[in-house]
Amino acid sequence: MSFPWANEYKPSHPAMVWLDEKLPLPRFVYNAIGAGYPVPRNLNYMYNFGVLAGFCLVIQIVTGVVLAMHYAANTGVAFNSTEHIMRDVNWGWMLRYGHANGASAFFVVVYFHIFRGFFYGSYKAPREMIWLLGVAIFLLMMATAFMGYVLPWGQMSYWGAKVITGLFGAIPLVGEPIQTWLLGGFAPDQAALNRFFSLHFLLPFVILGVVILHIWALHIPGSTNPTGVEVKQESDTVPFHPYYTAKDGFGLGVFLIFYCAMLFFAPNALGHPDNYIPANPMQTPAHIVPEWYFWPFYAILRAFTQNFLFFPAKLMGVLAMFSSILVWFLLPWLDKSPVRSGHFRPTFRKFFWLLVIDVAVLGYCGGSPAEEPYVIISQIAALYYFAHFFIILPLVSMTEKPLPLPFSITEAVLGADEAAALAPSAAPAE
Amino acid sequence: MIRIFSMLVGAFFSLALLWSAGKGTVAYISEPPAKTVEAEFHQHPKALSLSSDGAFGKFDRQQLQRGFQVYSEVCATCHAIKQVSYGDLRELGYNEAEVKAIAAKAQVPEYNPATGEVKQHPGALKDHFPPVVYGGAGSPPDLSLIAKARHGGAAYIYSLLTGYADQAGYKNEKGEELLKKFPDAKTPDGLFFNPYFANLNIAMPQPLVSDGQVSYKDGTKASVDQMAQDVSAFLVWTAEPKLEKRHQTGWPVLGFLIFATVLAYMAYRTVWAEKKGH
Repeated sequence: MSFPWANEYKPSHPAMVWLDEKLPLPRFVYNAIGAGYPVPRNLNYMYNFGVLAGFCLVIQIVTGVVLAMHYAANTGVAFNSTEHIMRDVNWGWMLRYGHANGASAFFVVVYFHIFRGFFYGSYKAPREMIWLLGVAIFLLMMATAFMGYVLPWGQMSYWGAKVITGLFGAIPLVGEPIQTWLLGGFAPDQAALNRFFSLHFLLPFVILGVVILHIWALHIPGSTNPTGVEVKQESDTVPFHPYYTAKDGFGLGVFLIFYCAMLFFAPNALGHPDNYIPANPMQTPAHIVPEWYFWPFYAILRAFTQNFLFFPAKLMGVLAMFSSILVWFLLPWLDKSPVRSGHFRPTFRKFFWLLVIDVAVLGYCGGSPAEEPYVIISQIAALYYFAHFFIILPLVSMTEKPLPLPFSITEAVLGADEAAALAPSAAPAE
Repeated sequence: MIRIFSMLVGAFFSLALLWSAGKGTVAYISEPPAKTVEAEFHQHPKALSLSSDGAFGKFDRQQLQRGFQVYSEVCATCHAIKQVSYGDLRELGYNEAEVKAIAAKAQVPEYNPATGEVKQHPGALKDHFPPVVYGGAGSPPDLSLIAKARHGGAAYIYSLLTGYADQAGYKNEKGEELLKKFPDAKTPDGLFFNPYFANLNIAMPQPLVSDGQVSYKDGTKASVDQMAQDVSAFLVWTAEPKLEKRHQTGWPVLGFLIFATVLAYMAYRTVWAEKKGH
């Protein structure tokens, strides 16, 4: 793997030489995120979000493990143990707000990362496996975030759990037994809370495992870049360290400024007030809404208001919601355009920005009550969403005439003349 | 092949959505949903400005003590604040002796597993405020977290407490009279009209009825508006006693991060100085 000109790890200290012979862990890190990994020289700030997502995962695991030391997964005390963390545990409020806002930050960063992938065609050959693992990470994140939101056992926790597990009830014939099996009962209760806690603790480490596979798969073809042209020569790349460690360091600082501003000055802005009310199975909240990062998918779920052919409306909604994410798995085979980057695909680019607006509209509708005009808007927006991925993308990739591509990354960055001087074939034969 | 399959799936979902949207539109036009009395007459909270607001917000301890007095003399008849312990009251600026005296006046129930008896004992610093036994209509919520558990927070509490109105002749800002427009929406017996409450009719009778209902120890004039503001401020504190500490921690953290980010930017520029295209 990697390019022939990659720097080789040369330990100088005898201890490191000794370690390298026994267990080449430093070599592994050096080749993965150190000077041994050549990266295209033209990555823009959109490429910071992968590292940021990894950082968010670390925030969540570190704060989460400490929170778990003080939390009790028992329906009688879960709510109060959360308040105990907020009031009596040293810096408990910071851990909990850090964890709750950390989840939001994680999704913000991951949405940027995913849409970066959409725009630059990061899912295309030879990087399909990176993409597939990425979608798997996203699904695991959604499951983890959902189960974490249930743990404080507030009103939205309880009713969110009821609605989401109720989705499985829409499956014909076996739906209700599956729902009962998932919950360990007929409604969310002690059994559900306990297993959600167990899984919420487990899944982040599963995510960590898939993240390692994701990065491993990335290192085989190397990163994409904004031109979409593959690396051809050494002048197309720079070593990851110090070039991108420096750039990611700056990106991390900017990210932390936003994250900490939320944590310290508006920690409840993205939450729902109802989750400060203890769970009450006898009282349904006026509007049951999930956390903001699920709103676009929640809007798709609710957009199907009529039975269609032999399909009940609820089943249609559930099928559509799962399909809206599962279709991402097929992207490498739906979009067959040989050109990766949206910069060189004029038609695709317009539809891409339409999709960005569309998902924002879906998100807004998903957070609004299920009444007009939000329902009709979400139906139109969901219609575009499905048309975009299932129909428009394949059609555009068959018919579009892409713009001419630069010869190489070096040429795109430096212009043809300087690039020619750097090209290996142009080296003067002295 | 996969693309033909995907287009069929896409067409399936799209048609189902068109069908839903079409039927929804027809229903909306043929039978527009009736305007509800809540949609027309529910009021958004009034503006309330507290010293704890904003990123530099700090508690006004005099106000918190006044608010605690309003809570103890008025609200505590029906509402508990079980997340708060007597020891926490020290944060309001009371000294140890004052807090102990407040706690000692309370009777805290304690279950004895050996005898099965529940015994009352005078409160101590470690005790939380005890549950309030209530036998009337409605279900008074615990108020510890109420400022975070309602849209609008403290402003909502303040508006609710000062927002009781006579339903007869009540008009909204458009000048429409409620009972003329919705003659069936008369507040039922045993409930009380309050346009700041979600469904306009609340089981709680107006708690703050007259000026001077509480005699403030610090001599502040206890108007209804003042009492409502003070108790709202107090409930912001009960909902998040660590709010002040959060603000105080935030600024140095943010200051450090901005400094570190500037350094990181300069490091980034230096590292990339001889490379073009970043």
